[in-house]
Amino acid sequence: MKITIKDVAHVAALARLQFKEDELEAMTAQLNGILDSFDKLQTVDTTGVEPSTHAVDVSNAFRDDRVRPSLTPEAALANAPEAEEGCFKVPRIIEV
Amino acid sequence: MARELYSLTIHELSALLLARTVSAVEALESVISRIEAVDGRVHAYISPTFDFARSQAQAADQRIARGDGGPLTGVPLAIKDILCTEGIRTTCGSRILENFVPPYDATVIGKLKAGGAVFTGKTSMDEFAMGSSNETAYFGAVHNPWDLDRVPGGSSGGSAAAVAADECIAALGTDTGGSIRQPASLCGVVGLKPTYGRVSRFGLIAFASSLDQIGPITKDVEDAAILLSCISGHDSKDSTSIKRHAPDYTRALKKDVNGLRLGIPKEYFIEGLDPQVEKAVREAIDLLKAQGAEIVPVSLPHTEYAVAVYYLIAPAEACSNLARYDGVKYGYRCSQPGNLREMYEQSRSEGFGPEVKRRIMLGTYALSAGYYDAYYKKASQVRTLIRRDFMEAFKTCDLIVTPTAPAPAFKLGEKLSDPLSMYLSDIFTIPTNLAGLPGISLPCGFSEGGLPIGLQIIGNLFAEEQVLHCAYCYEQSTPWHRRKPSLA
Repeated sequence: MKITIKDVAHVAALARLQFKEDELEAMTAQLNGILDSFDKLQTVDTTGVEPSTHAVDVSNAFRDDRVRPSLTPEAALANAPEAEEGCFKVPRIIEV
Repeated sequence: MARELYSLTIHELSALLLARTVSAVEALESVISRIEAVDGRVHAYISPTFDFARSQAQAADQRIARGDGGPLTGVPLAIKDILCTEGIRTTCGSRILENFVPPYDATVIGKLKAGGAVFTGKTSMDEFAMGSSNETAYFGAVHNPWDLDRVPGGSSGGSAAAVAADECIAALGTDTGGSIRQPASLCGVVGLKPTYGRVSRFGLIAFASSLDQIGPITKDVEDAAILLSCISGHDSKDSTSIKRHAPDYTRALKKDVNGLRLGIPKEYFIEGLDPQVEKAVREAIDLLKAQGAEIVPVSLPHTEYAVAVYYLIAPAEACSNLARYDGVKYGYRCSQPGNLREMYEQSRSEGFGPEVKRRIMLGTYALSAGYYDAYYKKASQVRTLIRRDFMEAFKTCDLIVTPTAPAPAFKLGEKLSDPLSMYLSDIFTIPTNLAGLPGISLPCGFSEGGLPIGLQIIGNLFAEEQVLHCAYCYEQSTPWHRRKPSLA
């Protein structure tokens, strides 16, 4: 067992996901099965090997800092579950 | 009897359209009638866009009448529902984007519109492109046109099935670990994943940003070259897109493989490879040899680690990309959340399906404090070794030839409860994504049960022309791409 049900609950909280107790158990079993099968990676000698973050070497892509056409506030808000006065509306954040 | 317009390829239909033998409106109506006749069984489309397509087809006819038509003008295409289309619902196969209407077009969509293409609709896919069978799609599974009890492959299963069933002339898919090539193989059509950076990802809903690429799914190799020519090229809106001239790929389609060195990696002919698949692929290699290609044994020794590397790197990138679905700016929000955190957690838990959650969990774990070095960093280092394997192999060969998938299409439901066995469906396609290489799948035979088998041809970085050239040679001397499913 690489990962306990407590670990899974912790990772779920980090990922902002909720699971019921039986879902947590199933997830723990599945993640353990998957991670066990990945064990063979640890047998590969990677001493001094640079990690690849991309397949093709690219450096920073710069462009001129010019104003270009962009979305109107109406278009940007059109898909919002809730909007008011040109803003995205969310539940109260600061408790009073 | 004349062939129905819906059954034509891009180049066949385009010739008729530009000669004004048929109109774009007629071609579209033929495809629509086909969709209406068979999609109730195949379920390739999530959102058909017939009204929009009709206005595009009328505009295409006017354009052709002005003498301004190109190779895609008036050609009905299907679009994977992961590509943003302005004003047209784009779901990514997920409940969380069920009502999302993008305010802009993906760069590839803009290019196709500029070329005068007609969009028949948005095709089904595994949720957020996470799957190899199209069964994780929130809106329901797609059925393989060759056997309706079987999966079409995934994640671009809707696009591949739509092409195979003649529910479009061609389609766009995306490929993160095989999601164009594996469904193309299982549906008996052509699928091409370009070199990473060849096609702009702007407007492609992100899964794993260092792996995702958009590419064509078509009825033959020439069509793949035509579509790729339209969609490739540098885009300042995608910082990973490569500043490199994008050629007219149709000029690469020569009927001669003399002197081409084809590498055959022994690590792709392993236990677990279906004997019928092995036989068909070996016969394809023999045919290419008989046509003048030189066969070179090569080794890609880190192949066996590719699935593990991929299923750590892709979920790690995905858990970061999918953090944006928080119920604030767009997408699903749960009803009556008590506070902000509850809103995030409930919206995400109700909006994402089981496979997406599993990958978010795997990725979050692999990146979390204490495990980063053992998982994410280790996987990224082995990714370097996999890239080096290919670079080493390409010193002695021009192209690498392998099976696309280890077996023909499996039954719906067969692997759904066993994520690991599902992940192994991509064993031969994943390494090319990790190394950023271009790869094509094209039909190379059928199983005894009449299921298509795919041949994969992998090229060096930016060697799409060689890949297409070899694929075209093989295709032109074999009958497989002309076979159609009976849909009985």
